[in-house]
Amino acid sequence: MELVCPAGTLPALKAAVDHGADWVYIGFRDETNARNFAGLNFDAAAARQGIAYAHARGARVLVAINTYPQTQSWRRWTDAVDRAADVGADAVILADLGLLRYAATAHPRLALHLSVQGSATSYEAIELYRELFGIRRAVLPRVLSLAQVEQVVARTSVEIEVFGFGGLCVMVEGRCVLSSFVTGESPNTAGACSPARSVRWEPRGEGVDTRVGPVLVNRFAPGEKAGYPTLCKGRYRVAGQAYYAFEEPVSLNTLALLPKLAAMGVAAIKLEGRQRSPAYVEQITRVWRAAIDACRRDPAAYAVRREWAQALANVSEGQQCTLGAYHRPWK
Amino acid sequence: MKLALGPVLYYWSAERLLAFYEEAAAAPVDIVYLGETVCSRRHSLRPPDWLALGERLAAAGKEVVLSTQALVESESDLKALRRLVSNGRFLVEANDMAAVKCLAGRGPFVAGTHLNVYNPATLAVLAELGAVRFVAPVEMSQAALAALQAERPAGVATEAWLYGRLPLAFSARCFTARHYNLQKDDCRFRCLDHPEGLSLFTLEGEPFLTLNGVQTLSAQVLNLLPVLDELRALRVDVVRVSPQARHTGRVLEVFRSVLDGTMDLRAALAVLEPLMPGAPCDGYWRGGAGMGWRGQARP
Repeated sequence: MELVCPAGTLPALKAAVDHGADWVYIGFRDETNARNFAGLNFDAAAARQGIAYAHARGARVLVAINTYPQTQSWRRWTDAVDRAADVGADAVILADLGLLRYAATAHPRLALHLSVQGSATSYEAIELYRELFGIRRAVLPRVLSLAQVEQVVARTSVEIEVFGFGGLCVMVEGRCVLSSFVTGESPNTAGACSPARSVRWEPRGEGVDTRVGPVLVNRFAPGEKAGYPTLCKGRYRVAGQAYYAFEEPVSLNTLALLPKLAAMGVAAIKLEGRQRSPAYVEQITRVWRAAIDACRRDPAAYAVRREWAQALANVSEGQQCTLGAYHRPWK
Repeated sequence: MKLALGPVLYYWSAERLLAFYEEAAAAPVDIVYLGETVCSRRHSLRPPDWLALGERLAAAGKEVVLSTQALVESESDLKALRRLVSNGRFLVEANDMAAVKCLAGRGPFVAGTHLNVYNPATLAVLAELGAVRFVAPVEMSQAALAALQAERPAGVATEAWLYGRLPLAFSARCFTARHYNLQKDDCRFRCLDHPEGLSLFTLEGEPFLTLNGVQTLSAQVLNLLPVLDELRALRVDVVRVSPQARHTGRVLEVFRSVLDGTMDLRAALAVLEPLMPGAPCDGYWRGGAGMGWRGQARP
C-alpha cells in the first residue's frame, strides 16, 4: 500500500517526502483545487521545486485540480492542467467530466486520478471514468463500509485509494453545497467549505459564539474549547433537543483497519490536511509510514502502537477519532 | 416552457404516494419524475408499483421519467439501478455516474441534478453518452447558466429548479435515525413520521435545514417565480417543482397560470406565500448565498 500525504506549502511537501510519503498531493493557488485557502498552495515555480525535491528522493507528486469549472472561467482550469503537466507532475487529480476529457486529450501521457470530489461510490461509476478517460486511480468518498470498499476493489481494475486520517467530511464529497447555501462558495465551485472570510468568533459573556455568514454554528460555554465552525459540525436544535445533529468535531482514523485494507487490495492510503502545518504533516506521515511498514512486514502481528495513537490524537480535531463509515454503526 | 414535477424526496406511505400521484395525473404538469432517489431502505412502492404508476400517468398524457438513487453504495443498490435502467418503457434520470455507466449507449436519458454539470465540456460528454436533457445544479447562478446555455451542445434540453426545498447534501449517515438514537440499519423507518422532513434550527431558533434521512434539505423554499422571464430568456426548456407534503397541486396550478399568462406575478406570489412550508429563497440565482431572498426580477 502506498502512502499519499498532503502539502499546502513547500516546507510541508519536504516534511512529507523526508518522513516517508510515496506520493504528495498539492494544489495551485486558486479555486481550481478544493483547499483554496489564503496563504496556501503552490505557484508554478514552487511546484517545480517541490517536484524536483520529491523526485530526487523517490517520491511522486500529484496536483489536485478537483473543483468544477464554470463556463465563464473554464480556461483557468485547463491552464491549471497544462501547468501541472508542464511542471512535471506525476499525475493530476480531477473530478469534472469535461476537464478529464481535456486532460486525456491534451496530455495523453499525464496520469489521471479521479478525485473524491467525483462522488464515485461504486465500481460502475469508476469503470465509466476508466472507459472514457483511462483513469489509473480513484479516491473513494468517505461513505462506504469496509465490505463495500472490498466490493469496489474486487470489481474494477482501477487502483483504489481511501482516506486514512484527517478531518472527516460527513457528507458525500462533490454532493454537498451546504457551504454555498450559507456563503455563496462551496467546495464544488470555489474550493472552499465554510470559508474563513465568512467565519466570525463572537465573544458572549465568558463564552464565544461561532458563525458562518449569518448562521450560528455553535455556542461555547466559558472554558469550552471553540473549534473552527464547519456547518456540518455545528450544534443545532431538532425537535427541542440541542446537539451535534450531523457529527461531533472528530477526525477520521483508520490505523486499526490497515491489515484489512491491505488484504482487500486497497492501493493507497490518503491523509487529509493540506491546510495544516509542516509539523502536522511530519507527524502524521511519520506515524503512517511506520504503520504501513509494520503491516507490510507482518500483517498478522500488526497492532496499533500506543505512541502512534497518541501522536495522531494530539493532532486530531477535538482530540477525538472515529472509524467513520468504514464502521457500520457510525452510520 | 414545460412544467415538471420532480421525484418525491420524502418518505411517504404507499397510500399517500398513490393519492399524490392521482392528483398529479389531473394536475397541469407536463413531466412527472417517479421513484425513490434518497434512501434504499424506503420502499413503500416497489419497482412494479412505480411502473404501474408510470403507465397511469402516461395514460393521463404526462411524460414519465424514472429517477435513480443519488447515492449508490451497495450491490443491491446497483441491482435496483439496473432494473430501472432496463425498464424498456420510460426515460430514466441518472442521479449518479453509475447510472450514466449503465445507461450509456442504450438510448436517451436525463442527466440529473446531482451529476454536477457546470460547463459545456461536461455536458458534451454526457450528450455523447445519450443525455437529451440535463438538470442544472441547484447552486448554479443566472450568469453561470447563461454562459452554459450559450454553448449548450445541440440536442440537449435544459431543466432548472423553480420551486421547493433545495437538496443540499447527501451522507452515508442517516440523520433522522441519529436524531432518534437509532442505527441506520435499524432505523424503524422513522422518516415515515416526518412527511415534510425534520426541521433543524440554529441555537438562536432560526430555521436552517431540514433532515430527510441521508439527505439534507434547506429549510427555506426555493421560489424562482419572480424571475420566470429570466429563465425563459435563457431558453430553459423545463422548470421543476419539487413535491412538498402539502399544497403541491395548488402550487402547480399557480405556476401553470403564470406560464400561460392567465395570472400575473403579484397575484401568483400572494397565492403562493401561505402555501409554502418555509420562507422563500432565491440567492443562488443571484450568484450569492443560496439562502438569500430578493424576490424581484432584475431591474
